[in-house]
Amino acid sequence: MPLLQLTDVRKAFGGLVAVKDLSFELAEGSIAAMIGPNGAGKSTVFNLITGIYAPDAGSLVFDGKKLGGLGTARIASLGIARTFQNIRLFAYMSALDNVMTGRHARMHAGIFGSLVHTPRQRAEERAVRERARELLRFVELERYAGSYARNLPYGGQRRLEIARALAGDPKLLLLDEPAAGMNPREKDALIGLIARIRESGVTVFLIEHDMALVMNVSERVTVLDYGEKIAEGLPDVVRRDERVIEAYLGRAEGAA
Amino acid sequence: MGLGFLVVALLGFPFMDRNNSHVDFLANAGAFVLLALGLNIVVGFAGLLDLGYAAFFAIGSYSYAMLASQQFGIHVPFWLMLLVAPVVAALFGLLLGAPTLRLRGDYLAIVTLGFGEIVPQTFLNLAQYTNGPNGISSLDQPSLFGHPFGFSATPYYYVLLGLIAIGILAARNLQNSRLGRAWMAIREDELAARHMGINTTTTKLAAFALGASFSGLAGVAYAAKLDLVSPDQFGFNVSVLVLSMLVLGGMGNIWGVIVGSFVLSFVNSFLLPQSTTLAHAAGLNLDFTNYRFMLYGVILVSMMLFRPEGLIPSRQRAAELHDVAAAPESA
Repeated sequence: MPLLQLTDVRKAFGGLVAVKDLSFELAEGSIAAMIGPNGAGKSTVFNLITGIYAPDAGSLVFDGKKLGGLGTARIASLGIARTFQNIRLFAYMSALDNVMTGRHARMHAGIFGSLVHTPRQRAEERAVRERARELLRFVELERYAGSYARNLPYGGQRRLEIARALAGDPKLLLLDEPAAGMNPREKDALIGLIARIRESGVTVFLIEHDMALVMNVSERVTVLDYGEKIAEGLPDVVRRDERVIEAYLGRAEGAA
Repeated sequence: MGLGFLVVALLGFPFMDRNNSHVDFLANAGAFVLLALGLNIVVGFAGLLDLGYAAFFAIGSYSYAMLASQQFGIHVPFWLMLLVAPVVAALFGLLLGAPTLRLRGDYLAIVTLGFGEIVPQTFLNLAQYTNGPNGISSLDQPSLFGHPFGFSATPYYYVLLGLIAIGILAARNLQNSRLGRAWMAIREDELAARHMGINTTTTKLAAFALGASFSGLAGVAYAAKLDLVSPDQFGFNVSVLVLSMLVLGGMGNIWGVIVGSFVLSFVNSFLLPQSTTLAHAAGLNLDFTNYRFMLYGVILVSMMLFRPEGLIPSRQRAAELHDVAAAPESA
């Protein structure tokens, strides 16, 4: 059974059909990428998966559960975490607090526990703080634990978003253009990081424009153009697909 | 060390200074410290601008007046009311919170402003239950181990000191907890917060309810001490006063909020009346209390100009405001 399965998912904004009868699936434990020109509907797909938008038609099934109609918070707690194309960290919270907040859905302290700091609440806080530190080490940001998220260097902010997303032990991690704005060395580190995330058992699905990175890390690539899937398969095959080349480079003159 | 000294000084104050009016002033100031601590949860932690916070103060006060007086012949003991009133206020916090969940910033402020107007109006107009503009008087006097509090402010002073201690502890615990982080996450980026699995509905409602419960406590102590509640004690100016305390002291910082609250109370209820008395003694026909709002205005405008993060700012607020200030230069 695939971890995530989209079947004929459709989403329109007014007259604009952003996602057109899209079907694809993600195998558990895989790294897959979604590419396509700007405006192809990639981020809309992420927003449909995380419940920011409800689909107009079609179904999304994650880990055996239908996602359609569930709220974002509920979907997050089912085990889907994400990063954002425009970094959305909690700017004026420390890096450590950002990661601890990422654990929210897996924590149990309620109003009473938070108010009184019961022994159980304390134990939970300690464990979560320790886990958050581990994750900061994992993304090589431990020395920024006490800094405000906004004071981290750009590449660090991208990695902090990943750590925050991982804090909830997700089954599926959605990365929205994780390499945007990174220099070559940061990109190399990111490739290693994505591989390590997969090794830890998390399925990774990313949107990326950097072809070298996509071809390097992903096992499967889905190509969108004008909201439609135009190609899908192994990176090397997709790269040579005529429709993909056309979508990216345009049609050769006179060929029409 | 410093804190221990402060605690000893506060505990010993009524023995050192036998002037009842000083103790009385401090007890009243204590009620406002509680209010400021409560509003700080809503505005400082969760970032929900509430301009009608006095409504919950009114609800706390009136719940004591109605449940512990001759009004209906119900006499719930004061100490029990300290448990009941926060719950009542919290319920009204939920009631206000529910319709405002989708609102933010200016819109939220306007709805809370409306709520702040509606509540005292309701107490004013339900005259058959509340005696309208006359309010409810002759409230039950609290007693401890059979000793009634009497007319001295000292027992109320100690009650409020205790409530403030509990309030500080509660606010601090909340700040460093799963709930506190969820509030701050909502304040920073509501959409991202939802992606963390934070249920923004219940989290915001918790802020309104817990924030309101503080003013429930303040209301009971204040009403019992004053022996009177009337609708005019809970107007918009009270909401603004408490919000000014946060701005002055430093929004989001528990100690800052306490200092801001105390400073404004001091100016309001001590400095201005005392100056007026002195002026009269010197033969000057000046009433400084008439300049109260002008003075608030000057304080607030100066704070915004020179120290927008407050006297004792939270780390976040200071960084936030100084980044904004520095931005044009670095651009």
